[in-house]
Amino acid sequence: MQRIIKISFLITLFFIIGVFFIGLNKDANYNTISLVGKKISNINLEHFEDNTFYKDNDLKKNNYTLINFWASWCAPCRDEHPLLIQLSKEKNLKILGINFKDKKNQADKFLNDLGNPYDFLAKDEQGKHSVIFGIYGIPESILVNKDLVILKKFVGPLSFEDISNIIKIIN
Amino acid sequence: MISNFGNLLLSLNIFLSFVIIYCALKCLKTSGKLISKTIYQISTLQSTIIIICFFTLVAAFIISDFSLTTVYQNSHTLKPTFYKIAGTWGNHEGSLLLWVIILTIFSFLFLVFTKKHPKEFRIFTLIIQNILIVGFLFFILFNSNPFSVLSPIPIEGLGLNPILQDPALAIHPPLLYIGFVGSSIYFSAAMASLLTNYSHTSFAHSIKNWVLISWCFQSLGILVGSIWAYYELGWGGFWFWDPVENVSLLPWFAMTALFHSLIVFEKRGLFYFWVITLCLLTFILSVTGTFLVRSGILNSVHTFASDPARGIYILLFLTLMIFTSIFLFFKKYKKENYDLNPNSKETFILVNNWFMIFYLITIFLGTIYPIFTDVITGSKISVGPPFYNMVILPIVAIFLLVMTIGPKVKWIKERFENFKNYLFILLGSILINFLIVFLFKSYSVLSNLIIISALFLIISSLLDAVKSLKNKKIDFAQIISHASFGFLVLFIGLNNIFSIEKDYNIKLGETKNFSNYSIKLQNLELEEYSNYKAIIGELEIINTKTSKKNILRPEIRIYDNPQTLTYEAAIKTSILKDYYLTMSNIDRSEYYNIKFQKKPLMIWIWISVIMIVFGGFLRFFQNAKNN
Repeated sequence: MQRIIKISFLITLFFIIGVFFIGLNKDANYNTISLVGKKISNINLEHFEDNTFYKDNDLKKNNYTLINFWASWCAPCRDEHPLLIQLSKEKNLKILGINFKDKKNQADKFLNDLGNPYDFLAKDEQGKHSVIFGIYGIPESILVNKDLVILKKFVGPLSFEDISNIIKIIN
Repeated sequence: MISNFGNLLLSLNIFLSFVIIYCALKCLKTSGKLISKTIYQISTLQSTIIIICFFTLVAAFIISDFSLTTVYQNSHTLKPTFYKIAGTWGNHEGSLLLWVIILTIFSFLFLVFTKKHPKEFRIFTLIIQNILIVGFLFFILFNSNPFSVLSPIPIEGLGLNPILQDPALAIHPPLLYIGFVGSSIYFSAAMASLLTNYSHTSFAHSIKNWVLISWCFQSLGILVGSIWAYYELGWGGFWFWDPVENVSLLPWFAMTALFHSLIVFEKRGLFYFWVITLCLLTFILSVTGTFLVRSGILNSVHTFASDPARGIYILLFLTLMIFTSIFLFFKKYKKENYDLNPNSKETFILVNNWFMIFYLITIFLGTIYPIFTDVITGSKISVGPPFYNMVILPIVAIFLLVMTIGPKVKWIKERFENFKNYLFILLGSILINFLIVFLFKSYSVLSNLIIISALFLIISSLLDAVKSLKNKKIDFAQIISHASFGFLVLFIGLNNIFSIEKDYNIKLGETKNFSNYSIKLQNLELEEYSNYKAIIGELEIINTKTSKKNILRPEIRIYDNPQTLTYEAAIKTSILKDYYLTMSNIDRSEYYNIKFQKKPLMIWIWISVIMIVFGGFLRFFQNAKNN
């Protein structure tokens, strides 16, 4: 019995250390390239105002959708907000805002003060649904096409270059 | 010049370590009971040289000698002298030098203060400690050399990370390092104990003060780090379950378990192999922590000095350490048969250890889980506060109950006669809890449970103090630490329930009202300092109920080198509460975003931790006096 314990203990240790070794050679920076080309499915997002849900089909109606994760407490989200407002004028693009781990009244105030660029608005109070989209922190944005294939993913606040990039893609 | 001198000292230190190992092995063969004077002399020289080596680096920072890469990357001529000095250990290379200093000095002090113990045990401890020193010195010399040169010599340095320019953070690493690295000495002692079969209870005696002192400094280091995070990071919290914070907690749990089980080992001669396991585990966890933080394998908000290439060396070193110690442990391990009475002090301390190990494993898994998912499935995830709160918090309530009863239970066997007393105290605690909840109108089952058990521990500890004052057999150290832990949990619980948080966009002259408060942005000023500019907001906060006025001045700082924006919270601390205010600018707008928080009893959270540590120091001095 003691021998079995010893051996399994050693195997566990080898495993942990082995993972550490492999982990060292992995790129520690968050890389989104692998996500491009993947398809999003099983969307189930709670509507911001009521208890209805957005599903895949809601987004398949649009030519292009930009999914933007934001919160009122997030300072960089404020920085990118004017750019989103500018993007909202594009006819070929709908913007889905996902309000991340936020309080409703504060989120409302944020939109009242700074304007609402979103065609659809969903909430993710626990931050659980955003995990499915591979969200690491906010703000992050994902551009998808009609088939819900990811065309591009933006980590951090959108910049002017990102915006012109998006406009180029959708037109 | 400085570079050559520094490298010479480092090399000399490696040489001296080898000499010590050689002399120690030679001394083993002699028949006398004393360690030869030469070893003492070389050890003194070794400590002196490593200290000179460190101060050479400090000097390079003070005179801004940018011929050294480390100084160039982490300092700037305009930086205040205090932060130039703190810059010495605010980076990877310098902090490793600090590691080696502590390794060396502890090695020397252990040699001096353990004269009553067997020669072989002391010599093996010295040898193992010097192997560790050599390992780290090689790492410094060939991989992370603080004295490596830069040519041509730059005129100006790159500056220190502005959020590291802070008094709390300047002393945070040295405190934490004494804890982390201090555990090396009982790692070496445990190995030596296995090698020399020194399993007498006096082994506990030889290491208990080293465990205590490293525990005290580790706790202080964690405290100072939390205080820094509280006022510097601007989120209003003090613990974020961030990987870097977690790795500082792991050895802390092991140390706490260790010095409790040491009591049992010393008094009753039980748990020898368990004590050894914990000794080995503590230092292994310290090195693992260093590996996780320094290699960059984990993403964290505050790894300021990380480099994946260096990870390989630390990991190899760690692997070697782990397998050597395990090999030795398995070789020497003998099954111990305990006949413990369920109602005895031994059992309660064992249960305390289970709790510590439970917390340790939970936090360890949460911390390394993202590495596993990344390597195995390729997905990046992070484990956040919800996981830790869900797993750890409910257990805290039970832990506090055990902690209350444990110290009062007798060795070997206790009869159940205090049951009535406990029942009364528990009822009292429940009553006080509901009084608090009723008065302030807030309710959550879990926080109530935790508050009740914290009160149970506090009241019972205080009653004990009163009772033992009469008998004049009072154990101040234990009562202070345990009661303060109860207070800590109580204050954190109350702080959690009764905090208020409000978020507004406000422009100059505007007033916002909510519940009993009104906030007005009265004034904005731009001030220039030697190494940064600051936009300072002046906000008046009025409590409309009491008409009490407070002025808070949060800042937005723009640092020049490197150009960085930081938000400085304004905090007004009083006995019952903190007002916490941060301000950030909104681009292309005259509005500022302000976040106001009322955080009850903050100062008492810090004081509780200081008192817990005070208990530790008290025990340390009591032990030292009794020796």
